[in-house]
This record gives sequence, structure tokens and C-alpha cells, in this order.
Amino acid sequence: MRALPSSVPWFLGILGLVVLAVTVMSEAVGTGLISTSFLKVLGMTLCFCLAALAMDVVWGYCGILSLGHMAFFGLGGYAIGMWLMYARTEIIVAANLAGRAIPPTEAELRDAIGSQIFGVVGASDFPWVWGFAHSLPLQLAMVVVVPGLIALVFGWLAFRSRVTGVYLSILTQAMTLALSLWFFQNDSGLRGNNGLSGLQNIPGFLDAPQAAVALAFFLASALALALGYVFFAWVVSGKMGSVIRAIRDDEARVRFLGYPVEGFKLFVFTLTAIVAGIAGALYYPQAGIINPGEMAPIASIYLAVWVAIGGRGRLYGAVIGAAFVSLVSTWFTGGGAPDIDLGFYRVDWVDWWLVLLGVSFVLVTIFAPKGLGGLVDLWTERRGRDRHGADLGPDQGALREREAGE
Amino acid sequence: MKTTFQTAGAVAALSMGLALPAAAQDAECPIKVGVLHSLSGTMAISETTLKDTILMLVEQQNEAGGLLGCDLEAVVVDPASDWPRFAELARQLLTVDEVDVIFGNWTSVSRKSVLPVIEELNGLLFYPVQYEGEESSKNVFYTGAAPNQQAIPAVDYFLEELGVEKFALLGTDYVYPRTTNNILESYLKDNGIADEDIFVNYTPFGHSDWSTIVSDVIALGEDGSMVGVISTINGDANVGFYTELAAQGVSADDIPVVAFSVGEEELSGLDTSNLEGHLAAWNYFQSADTPENEEFISAWHEFIGDDSRVTNDPMEAHYIGFNMWVNAVEEAGTTDVDAVREAMWGQEFPNLTGGTAVMNPNHHLSKPVLIGEIRADGQFDIISETEEVPGDAWTDYLPESAVLKSDWQELDCGMYNTETETCVQQTSNY
Amino acid sequence: MPRALVTVLALCLSFAFAPVARAQQSDLQSVLQDNQDAVANPSRSTVNEVIDALVASGLPGVAEFLSRWQEREVVVREEDGLFFYVEDDQLIDIATGEAAGPVPDDGIDEVRPNGGVRRELAGALVQFQLSSPDIAERRAALDAISGDMSADQIEPLAASIEDEPSARIAARKQRLLAMLTARFGEDTEARVEAIRQITNGVSVELRGVLNQILTTSDEVSETVPEDVNVARTYVPGEDMSLDAAYSELVERDLAPPRVSDADIYAALTQNIADGAVGGVPVEELSDPARRIDAYEALAAEGTVPGFVGPDDMAAAVDAYSFYAIYDEPDPAVTDAARAALDGVETRVGLSEAADLSLDALSLASIYFLAAIGLAVTFGVMGVINMAHGEFIMMGAYTGYVVQSLVPNYTISIILALPLAFAVTFALGVAMERLVIRWLYHRPLETLLATFGISIALQQLAKNIFGTQARPFTAPDWLAGSMVVSDVISISFVRIAIFVLGLFFLGLLLFILKRTRLGLEVRAVTQNPRMAASMGINSERINMLTFGLGSGIAGIAGVAIGLYAQVTSEMGSNYIVQSFMTVVVGGVGNVWGTLAGATLIGFLQKGIEWFNPSNTLAAQTFMILFIILFIQFRPRGIVALKGRAAGD
Repeated sequence: MRALPSSVPWFLGILGLVVLAVTVMSEAVGTGLISTSFLKVLGMTLCFCLAALAMDVVWGYCGILSLGHMAFFGLGGYAIGMWLMYARTEIIVAANLAGRAIPPTEAELRDAIGSQIFGVVGASDFPWVWGFAHSLPLQLAMVVVVPGLIALVFGWLAFRSRVTGVYLSILTQAMTLALSLWFFQNDSGLRGNNGLSGLQNIPGFLDAPQAAVALAFFLASALALALGYVFFAWVVSGKMGSVIRAIRDDEARVRFLGYPVEGFKLFVFTLTAIVAGIAGALYYPQAGIINPGEMAPIASIYLAVWVAIGGRGRLYGAVIGAAFVSLVSTWFTGGGAPDIDLGFYRVDWVDWWLVLLGVSFVLVTIFAPKGLGGLVDLWTERRGRDRHGADLGPDQGALREREAGE
Repeated sequence: MKTTFQTAGAVAALSMGLALPAAAQDAECPIKVGVLHSLSGTMAISETTLKDTILMLVEQQNEAGGLLGCDLEAVVVDPASDWPRFAELARQLLTVDEVDVIFGNWTSVSRKSVLPVIEELNGLLFYPVQYEGEESSKNVFYTGAAPNQQAIPAVDYFLEELGVEKFALLGTDYVYPRTTNNILESYLKDNGIADEDIFVNYTPFGHSDWSTIVSDVIALGEDGSMVGVISTINGDANVGFYTELAAQGVSADDIPVVAFSVGEEELSGLDTSNLEGHLAAWNYFQSADTPENEEFISAWHEFIGDDSRVTNDPMEAHYIGFNMWVNAVEEAGTTDVDAVREAMWGQEFPNLTGGTAVMNPNHHLSKPVLIGEIRADGQFDIISETEEVPGDAWTDYLPESAVLKSDWQELDCGMYNTETETCVQQTSNY
Repeated sequence: MPRALVTVLALCLSFAFAPVARAQQSDLQSVLQDNQDAVANPSRSTVNEVIDALVASGLPGVAEFLSRWQEREVVVREEDGLFFYVEDDQLIDIATGEAAGPVPDDGIDEVRPNGGVRRELAGALVQFQLSSPDIAERRAALDAISGDMSADQIEPLAASIEDEPSARIAARKQRLLAMLTARFGEDTEARVEAIRQITNGVSVELRGVLNQILTTSDEVSETVPEDVNVARTYVPGEDMSLDAAYSELVERDLAPPRVSDADIYAALTQNIADGAVGGVPVEELSDPARRIDAYEALAAEGTVPGFVGPDDMAAAVDAYSFYAIYDEPDPAVTDAARAALDGVETRVGLSEAADLSLDALSLASIYFLAAIGLAVTFGVMGVINMAHGEFIMMGAYTGYVVQSLVPNYTISIILALPLAFAVTFALGVAMERLVIRWLYHRPLETLLATFGISIALQQLAKNIFGTQARPFTAPDWLAGSMVVSDVISISFVRIAIFVLGLFFLGLLLFILKRTRLGLEVRAVTQNPRMAASMGINSERINMLTFGLGSGIAGIAGVAIGLYAQVTSEMGSNYIVQSFMTVVVGGVGNVWGTLAGATLIGFLQKGIEWFNPSNTLAAQTFMILFIILFIQFRPRGIVALKGRAAGD
């Protein structure tokens, strides 16, 4: 096995410490210094970090600015959500039908589940998309298969016809819009705008206290993040990593060198889509509800914003960005930040937070392309070599030199 | 976050949310009232008004001597129109802030989001907005209208008073219009309206290209029948819709439109010239001529410090809900959720529009249904008022729901199948 | 002392006049008082009795009262339930037309007939208004007839035609008379002739008449009777499914009902004995096949009705004829009406296609207008500006602000257009100088930075103007619509947007192709370094181009605000579509944007036409189509070739 970047042990160590501290302070263990609702927020943030990791690999390393990875995140959430709803409803319905004089047929059971789940939107037939919802293994497979397949088909079409750069970004955004509009329709059979709810109640553990469920999901998310970090660190290091970064910096040159550029791009795009789907599958049981608004194009742009603020082209940057921005955002919009009284005007952060975010984002893009992750360089004293004003390369955003030292 | 950490220690004793947050609080002062309305994001414009309403009611109650010898304290949080955040903050209100009751939510999806949390932690929620029904939770009191308290009477009015023979059901594509239109379709068919005489259309939020849809509606009248529009179009899209109607020369006399989501708040600040004469159905209009309403409006203007602010139906729902809760707490002598819930059944309180609202054992109110005509000043002329209609948790007009009933008092069940005589489930169908 | 005197005088006077007043009221007021509740709280079900009573009384003021009642000018005094008119804050006695004192502050209720009642009143007023000297009243009467035709209108209408002074109204009366004759006439020939006369155009009114003549009802009997006017016969299996035919028979009690799953369930539950039904143990009944076995066993015992098999159904259906008969018994009339309606429907079909094309054209021009600014910044300069939608929004808000300062709608719109351009031009220039200039070599980051600006601007707009939609009203001359026929119409605002789109297409082509600035822009676009060596100040050109694109977005915002709603989120509704338009059309070319907008507009309307009940689905499919389209033509419809293609 080839050597992983030096950031891996550091990252795993810090993540381990955080997890240990949070676990000790959680309600389930007994100290209760962190409330269950905040524990859920932390768990959800870890899932965002995992999605940001995937985004960083596809954008920061491979140069594809995908504005659709949150849609894959949502797809993973829907996949697991369908099973959670189906199985929970099945328990309720089966108990009710068991009280009748004649045992129910399978069709009756299915109809009853259907009218429970879709009664709210005035239907009771199961749409075709719920075909595998009765089975946990199949639906878990869907978490991987659906985002993977969509990414594969979309990526194959797009890369094959050499759509690159901003065109590709716009195309991925269109894909996201189409997906979220499709999920919005009640006719699609996924309960439209209401989405799937009650996902925090896990069938088989319906009596377990939420404090324990939240801790379990927090630990699972942390584990997934750790595995994801190691896995992606492995992917972007070594020879394959070099090719991937080379594609980012000059696609045509890599193609002339004989590498199947489309194959590499497709591989990275699909792989990161799958990881985003897994992150979503872990996220939504903690959030408790998923609806199409979560898949809107803006969510994917935010994902790119996290990675950019954290510092793209380095894996820990993505994690820092996602954790920092989403937690700060929660703090500001939750009314946690104190209002500033300017005398003539009162700055209420609930209203001004997005303005601040937008402006600081512009500033980061222009003045600090390395993002928050760049701060780490101050500590490790790694800086770009002084090139005496010469061009960095075809793409000024290229980070080749520093990465070569990693 | 900061507050979470600070108060988290206090919750330690209450580990795992197994202990009922309200159980041991009989005499604990102050009594806390949670307010779970979005103060930012897309729903802020509607929900901020409701937050202010509750703050006003709390203030009034404190001036009147509080409750059980305690002062009331409002705990306001901002879920920012973000549905998962509603669940998060509901949990925080119940476990960290330990509120005794929550007034909150506007959209159905946000209610579905908090339902599992409220039921898990045995909280108490008052939901003030008209909604699609098909739900009855042990821990929620629905003070807004169910479809039979808004949609059905409006359709009756169309059938009987306006002689409408063909119906266009236009709605925004989300759950409330979908369910309401399903109920109405089935109700219309029961009333002898043929399938081909009902035109249904769903548009996205904020839709603006209404030309083709309005043409389709006009074309319905080609066999000489009277056409009426039942609109569940939400929010901003209404502006474009009514403008297009007017542009195509359709007046309220030609094709009347009755809307279920257009109230005083939505009309305030709009150019209402295109809307004049069209109808809306609610349980409350600001123009209702009663002394209670006059007092409520002047108190509201005084509290908010702006005489141009309007009052609307969900505000009345909170007004009734809050006062009923206060009376129920006094009756029970405690804020314990189970005791208060039992005291809520049968609570009576005068409506702002006259008559008395009654809380039924299915957790829905009996309220009169009003139909108003939009005036040029954005207010409504009340042209029809029914007797009190009891809210129906499960509609009688859809076959799956017709057999269901909710009765927490006698049956202790929100989803009781009258055919098989069993309780389908005690938790609600979120 | 003086006050007391006045009181006494007033008393005397009132005593003196009281009997007179009562005598006068004994006419109209007393008729009204007989129906007090039905007049004060009118309802469609009760109003006709009142109207009949009033008309039967033959009193002179009846027509005026009906008309004022309809116009909501009647009030009722609470204390005694008497009715009055109100004019200039004075109560007017209904019978005498004399003032009856000022309107008191309290105790007076308006009588508010609803729409249904008003229609009945309009119908009742027809006889009074057909020959009224007021042309508006005559029109109202004709509208009332058109809205609700009945046989008894023929005579008064025919009588009123002769003395009609206005030629247009006379023609309309003739046409309405022909329609009435076609529907209610006595004589077959006259009716056929009337149908022939009216059959031109596509009006809703005409289709209404023909459809009313042609109403049918479905019948079932063993043989088709001779003496009915059969519209059509149904052959089960071809025109209607066997199931539907059989259900029809069941409904008419002509055949036994079929056994449904629910029936089986009910029958089985009722016949459980010793843990088994019909010899099948209860626990096996979760299998549908075993349920049928059990039911058949019960049927064999005779406890439940047997199954109706497919053969039984076919036999039952074969024994009957299924057909529809016209409610109109005269075949000559129905044949004429059918032929007429077929002709009308062909024309309606064509008109609908034309109307849909107009709608599509209008939608295309809206997309074009929204995207044309982007065609400049993205297409020509290659800068991705995610804040483009917010420029549209700013333009619309500029319109709103101008309108709230300048009350005259026409002037405010004339002011708003250049002002919106100026505001967004300035903003665009500022943005180019401050942000985009630094990022020309990093297109992906331009995308993100402009997105940051976009969310900041959107939130700023929310903070300043609130989240609610703001009104931006078109002046009266833009408010209506151009009506070609009852089917084809298009609103003036949409025409204006179309014209505006054309104007900017021309303007932009002119600037790019015919001016020095355009030449420089094209030079800088193709090769900035070469352009710079030729002495072109490329920084200045970039700034101006970006400003121009942003300015056009501002004007588009004014136009879009006129036809839709002004909200802080309106920009984000258009941004993705606008990018699609530019990309589909072909980047770097104004004609391409036009082609893209046309394709998307027509495509969306086309998909909507296939599925009119779900606009959201149409949008979804349109985007999917675009994604596929770009796969096969990555450079768009109008692709640049050769060096201009650059890259």
C-alpha cells in the first residue's frame, strides 16, 4: 500500500478526540452536557463534511465544478427514507390488520401501507419507485445505485460530448433543477413537497430513546467520515491522483499523453456521487424529514461554497469549510449571534447573515483562494515557491506545486 | 449553540427525554410558552405576525394576573423556514427550555417535521393554519380550518348561490391543494358534477405564466355552463393569476374565483383592483362587526404600534387556541400536558366573528365559515356566514378516510377505523 | 325654549305627513316589506319569488329598484327594516325618490346580493332594459340573455329590434334572436335556418348554443326504440369496455353485480365457523386463491351469490343495446347543429393552435428578454454571472420604487425603463471593476463569486423591501388584451414584452455589428492581447460590455415585473432558464439566444399542451430535453465556427 498524505493521521486523531469528547458529554452516556438536539446537529454536520469531501475531490482535484452533488446527497436520503417509512408503517399496519377475523393477503397489507403513506396526498397505490421499499438490503443498495447510476449516465453523456468548464457546471445545475422539480411533483409518488417524514424513528428500535439513536448515528457518521477521508486520501495520492490533478490543470495535454481522460473523470464523478449519496443516507435519519427543497440547486452551490471557504484541493480544507460554515450559519440564523446596534440601525443577524456570507465569500474567492485551509500552511510553514512573477500555469487556480509537496 | 451548552446542564437530570418535560412542573414559575414560527426565510412574512400575536396574548395574560399565580414567559426561536430545523428546535424547546406548550408552524411540511418529536416527548402544540386534514395527533390541537370548514362550504356556496356548473380547481403543487382538490373532486362528483366538468391544474410555487391556463378555464364555458374557479394557489403566484384573469377580460361576475389562501395579510400592499369581487373563504375576516373583534384589532394595533397592520384568520386561530389553553390550564390546575389535554376537550371560547368556538375530542375546533368578497381596500365584505361547523380530522369524501374517525376522549385514538372497530395507530401518520 | 318648539313642530309635522308617507309606501315599499327577509338577505333560491312579486305588482319604480338592488345601492334600516336608496349621504325614499334624511352613522346595513342573485336580477331586468334609452343598459340586457338563454326571451327581444337605433346593437340582437330561435324555436325549418345563420366564428356563446341543442343522455335497452333521436350507438368491446358496459347494466338493475374482493372479505368474515370458512381454515386465507376457494364453497352452499364470470358478463351485455339519444327530439335540428358544430370545432382547433403559438411566442420573448443580457456577459465576454437574475430583480424593484413615487402609471413606466437601465448598469460596472476583473482567468471562481453577490443582493432586497410580493402595475393602456376571437387573445403587456425583445435584439445587433464599440468588443472577445496591441483599451471595453449586459437585465426586470410579481426571489426563477437559453442557442451569438429562447418557449408550451394539468412536469421534461440536446449539440443551435469559436 502506498503512503497516504501526512494529513491522514492528524485528521483521524482530531476526529477521534472530537468524537470521544462528544460521546462522553452526550445524554445517552449520562453526563448530558450536550443536548440531544445539538448532538443531532453535530452528527448532521459530519455528514455535510463527508459530502464536502466528495465535492472537494471532484472539484478541487479533478476540476469538475459539479453543482449537483447535493442532489445525489438527497437521492441517498430518499432511498433510505423510503425504507424507513415503509418499514415503520408496515409494523403499524400489520399490527392493526392482525386484529381482524381473517389474516390479510399480501395485496391487502400493501394497500393498507400505501393508504397510510399516501393518504395525506389522497392516493393509496404504490408508485413504481417504491418497488424495493419493503426490503432493507435492496433499499440500502439503492443508496449507492441510484446516485451512482444517475451520475454515470449523466457523466457519460456530458464527458463524451466534451462539455467542460462552466458549461458542465450549468449542465449539472440543470440536472439538479430537473431532479428537484421531479421530486416536487406529487405525481412522482414521493409525497411531493411534504417529502418523507418521521425518519428519526428507526424500525426495530422504535422504543429506543432518541438520545441513544442520535449518538448511534453520530458515531456512524464519524466512522463514515473517517473511512471516506482515508479512502479519498488514497484515491488522490499516488499515480492516479496525479492523473486526476493533471486533468484539472490541462485536460488536453493529459489526453495527448494517452490517458483516457473521460474514463478518469467519469470514475471520479460517479464515485463522489456515491459517497454523497451515502452521506445523505446517514444525514436524513438524523434530520427526521427530507423534502425536495433539500435538493434544490442552491444546496449544491452551498456545498461548493463550503469547499471554497475551507480551501479546495486539500481534503481537510473541505471538512473544515463544511463544519465551520454550516455551524456558524446555524449559530447566526438561530439567533445565537448578538445583534449589533449601530445607533441609527440595528443589525439583526437573522436578516444580515446571508449578506455577510455572500460578501465574505466574494472576498475569500478574490483574496484568499486557499480558504481557511490556508491557515494550516502558516503553521506548517509551507508556502508556494517564489516564482518571481512567472505564471503559475494555464489555470491560475492550480495548486499543483503545493500538492506536489504533500 | 451557546445557549444550548449553557442550559444543557440543567437537562441532565431529565436524561433521554423519558421523563415528561411537563410532568413535575405544576407550580414551577414562570410558565413557559414556546413560539415556533419562522422569523426568516420564505415563510417569515406570514409567520412573524403569528409570533407577535402570541407575544401580545402573553403580555395581555400577564397584565391580567398571569396563570396559576405564575407569570407567562414566551420562548421564541427561529426555525428559518427550514423544515428539519423545526424538528430540531421543537426538541430543544421541549427538552432544553422545557416549555409547557408550543404555538407554532405554518406549512404542513413543517408540522409533519415536528410531529414525531412532539409525540415522542409528549409536548403540546397549537397549530393555527387551515390545512388539508387527514391527521389527528394526540399532542396537537388544530385551531385552523380543516377542509370541511373552508373548502366544502365554499363549494356549496358556488353550487347553490352562484349556480356554478363547471369547476376549475387550480392549485400550487403541494400537499394542501392536492388533498383539498382530491376531496373536492370527490365531493363534486357526489353532487352530480361530471368528471369532464372538473378541470384540475397544478403549477409550481411562484408561477407567473398564466395565459394558457386562464384560456383553458375560459374554454370550459364553451357549452354555455357557468364556470367557477376554486383556487388553492399559494402566495405570490396569485398576483399573476388575477392579473391575467383581468387582462383576458374576465370579471368576477363571469367566472368567480374563490381562494383559500388569500387573506388580508396577502392582500395588504397589493394592487387589489384586479381582485375586486372575487371571493375567499375563511373562518375570520378583519371586517367582522363584533365588539370582540374591535377590541382585538385595537389591541393588536396598539401592541404592534402600526394602525395599518391587518388581522387575519390564523391570528384568530391563535387567539382562540391561546385562550382555550389558558382556561384549560386553570381548570386542570396544572400545566401537565395530559391533564391540560383532557381539560381542553369541550373548551368553549367566543369567536371574534360571533358565536362560540368549541374544541372537539378530535382536537379540531367547531367554527363558523365565512365567505367574503374582496374589496378595493384589501378587506373583505362578508357575504355569507354559516353556523359553527365541527372540524373533521378525516374527510367523509374520500373512501379511505370516510371509515376513519378521531376521538381522543372516548376512544383514545386519532385514527379509529369504524368499520373494523380498531385503532389503526395512536401516533399520527407523519 | 326654542329647542322645545322645534321638537313640537317636528312632531306635528311628522304626524301630519305620516299617513301620506304610509300611503306612498303601500306601493313598492310594502311589496318589499312582504318579502323583507328575502330582499335584505337575498339568496339565489329565494330571489325569484321576490322578482315575480315585484314584476307582478306592475309598479313604476320596479325596474329602477331591481337595477339599484343589483348595483348594491339599496340599504335597509335596522330599526324598522325599511329599504332606502343612498345618494350623497342622503337616504332616498324608494317609492317617492325624495330625500328621507341624512344617512345615520349606525343602524344602516347595505343589502349585498351575491353574484348568483345579481345574475337573476340581470335576467329579470332584461324586459325593462331591451329598449332602454341608455345604450349601456341595452348591452347589459343582451349580456344577460347571452349568459342565460330561455324561451320567453324570444318575444321581447324580437319586439325590440325594430326600434333599435344602434346598428351594432341591432346586429347583436338579430344574432341573439337567431340563437334563441335555434334553441327554443317551434318550427323545424326556422330553427335549421337559424342555425345556418349563426354558424360563423368561434365564440363561446355560439358553441354554447350548439352544445345545448346537442346534449345527449346514455340509454340501455334490449332494442333501440324507433321514436327517439339516436345520437350514436356503442358497440361494447369497441366503443366502450366490456366492464363499463356491464357496470352500466348493474347500475340499471339489469344484471347481478360482480363480486369484488371487498365482498369476498365481507362474506368470509360473516361465515366463519369453527376456525374455517367453506372448509378452508382461517389461517390459510391470507392466500387470495384460498379465499376464492372458500367463497366458491360458500356459493355452492347457496349462502352467498355466485361469481359472475366473463362469459356471464358477455352474455348479459350481448342481450342489450347501448346508445345515446339527443334530448332534442327533432333529428333535422340535431343534424344541422351537429354539422355546424363540427365546422366550428375545426375552426376552434385551428384557433387554439394559433393561441398556443402566441402564448409560446410570448413565453419565448420573456425568456429572450431575460437571457439577452446574459448573452452579452456570458455569450460575448465569457463571464458567468450568477447575479444576473438579481439584476433583473433590481430592475423590477426600481420600477416599483419609481411607481410608488410617481403615481401616474404611464409616466412612471417611462421613467422606470431608463432608470432601471442606469441602476443596473452602474451596479454591473461596479461589480466588474471590483470583482470580476480579478477573476477573468478563473471562470469557475467567477461563477462562485458572482453567486456570493447574488445571495447578498437577494437578502439585501429582502431586508429593504420585505419578502412579500410588491405591486408594479401596468398603465391602463397595457392592462387589457388584444382579442382576435373568443379563443385567440393575448395581453398587451405580453405584446409589449415581445416588442421590447425585438427592439433589444435590433439594438444589440446594431451595437455589435455597426459601431466602433461593437467592433472593439468583438476584438477583445476574440483575442484580448491582440486587441490590446491594436490600441484598444480592453479594460474599458470589458467594463462597458458588462455594464450593457447588466443594464439590459434591469430593463428586462421592469418588463417581467409588469406581467408577473416583483419579489426578491424573482431573479432566481429565471437564472437557470436564462443560462439554458444562452447555452442551447449557442454561446457568443445574439441570434443563437433568439433561437434558444424560441425553442424553449415553444417546447414548454408544447409539453404543457400534452399534459395541461401539470405545469411542473412540463418544466421538468423541458430541462431534461435541454440536457439531452446539449449532449448532441454541445455548441448550441447556432454554433460559431472557425476562429471566432475561440475557446
